[in-house]
Amino acid sequence: MNPITNTDYVTILPELVLAAFGLIVMLVEPFVTKGGSRKPLGYLACLGALASLAATWYQAGSPYTQGFFKMVLVDHFSVFFHVVIALVLFVALLGSLDYVERQHIRAGEFYALMLFGAVGMDLMSSATELVLIFIALEISSISTYILAGMRRRVAISAEASLKYFLLGSFATGFFLYGVSLMFGATGTTSILAIGPQLHAGGFNPLVFAAVALMFVGLGFKIASAPFHVWTPDVYEGAPAPVVAFMSTAPKAAAFAVLLRVLFAAWTPGWFWPVWISAALSMTLGNIGALRQTNIKRMLAYSSIAHAGYLLVAFAASKAADTAGISAAIFYTAAYAAMNVGAFLVISHLAGEGERFVAIDDYAGLSRRQPAVAASLALLLLSLIGIPATGGFFAKFYVFSAALQANLVGLTILGLINSGIAAYYYLRVIVVMYMREHPAEHEHGHGAERITIPEGVALTLSVLATLYLGIMPNRVLQLAIEAAKDLLR
Amino acid sequence: MMNTVPISWYLVLSAVLFACGVTGFIIKRNIITIFMSIELMLNAVNLSFVAFAYQWKQLNGEVFVFFVMVVAAAEAAVGLAIIISVFRTRETLSVDKVDLLKL
Repeated sequence: MNPITNTDYVTILPELVLAAFGLIVMLVEPFVTKGGSRKPLGYLACLGALASLAATWYQAGSPYTQGFFKMVLVDHFSVFFHVVIALVLFVALLGSLDYVERQHIRAGEFYALMLFGAVGMDLMSSATELVLIFIALEISSISTYILAGMRRRVAISAEASLKYFLLGSFATGFFLYGVSLMFGATGTTSILAIGPQLHAGGFNPLVFAAVALMFVGLGFKIASAPFHVWTPDVYEGAPAPVVAFMSTAPKAAAFAVLLRVLFAAWTPGWFWPVWISAALSMTLGNIGALRQTNIKRMLAYSSIAHAGYLLVAFAASKAADTAGISAAIFYTAAYAAMNVGAFLVISHLAGEGERFVAIDDYAGLSRRQPAVAASLALLLLSLIGIPATGGFFAKFYVFSAALQANLVGLTILGLINSGIAAYYYLRVIVVMYMREHPAEHEHGHGAERITIPEGVALTLSVLATLYLGIMPNRVLQLAIEAAKDLLR
Repeated sequence: MMNTVPISWYLVLSAVLFACGVTGFIIKRNIITIFMSIELMLNAVNLSFVAFAYQWKQLNGEVFVFFVMVVAAAEAAVGLAIIISVFRTRETLSVDKVDLLKL
């Protein structure tokens, strides 16, 4: 057997960097003076995110290298997702610097777990072996289980963590059973070897059961209906910057795994489960969001709906054509940009103990904090899919791919749902701009100005959303290259 | 003695165990019992991995089982810690009473 060489380590360089920074943060934590500011740890973690971005940049110089006995594959696909995850991590860390102090969260563990979680997510996007995918999935999940319960003394935070943990491990069981059946049907656990094996053999019912079970497992992670019930509860109870992180980065990684499993191996029998799940997610997500009064729950339902739109792109994918897959990849990036920003605004305004998370608390925000209100309005418009924002092109590519693939029914359903979605996003904007600020909590709430790290994070997110909406070509080109590498 | 147990029996057993785990997860109301049901599901999967590995004469499946066991241990550690933190804030282990967040 070949020894492990330096090239092997280059294939996991971003993950190594993140893990090293995570360890450093934990080791440095005891040396920070008692009662002193824990912000330097946060800046160190931000530096780790940027270093992993640089490492990905270095990897991008020689795409399509395999490492560790073909378990890891660096291609345009993995590089794209590494960049998305590193940027989301950076922005979420910047946004949590002040939040962590305000909520009295143990800072060392918090930042380290964010970094360790990102290690798992990065590995998910570059793994081509089901063993490694499973381990990466668990690294990412276990970190986020703990992060969800980081506000330890708050009952709803512990409860969110428990629900996320129980349903997450339940889903892992299904995913594993699917992997096991796939191994039984093909005799291999390498995704690159499963494809040829499947097409060589004849019809095998085990494969269909395997694909369905793996889809159930990953469906929980991406919060698509009918596996979405945990989402609103967990997003409501978990700390807001953690939700900003876990509603985007692990989801992007889980979509990457789903793309690899379904399309790199080109497994049969995925079409109808994906179709049904897409239709259900869009409808249930949007209808659920209509009657929410808590903005975190509303955005949780909205994230279910967005998982549905993304699955439309999956259903539109064909073996010879990259339109559907590249639309899905573009959508994950656009969704990450806008959603992370929206949750950062929530985390800025939530106040100590996250008291102000009702939509009514946003009344008169345009008067108190015009810049923050304008940013949130732009991000919400992008979530609706208004032109000149990233959300518009993301939806546009998805639905045009769906029409090319003759999915007329699903496209119409998606467009109707986009219409419904406009109502609840616009309601927040109306409250912010047209309703007076109630006098009772005049003192304190909403008066605190946005801090520099929070401002930088929010600006980055807004700029990324605008960039994807005004000049989408560059990123779309990268998404198409990623899709080509995936199908190679 | 060549009369070995056929592979399909192991697979049926693992499917039954998995189904028991899923049923337990859905109907049980105590958090610890629910957690045990999840462990049962994972071990059912382990059994099927070993059976398939024997059928294909490949070590992949057995190696996978080791990783599943290690990850299950890590998950158990985190899971029990979360259960303790829930118990501290709520003083109950029944999922019906952990209901601050409504579905």
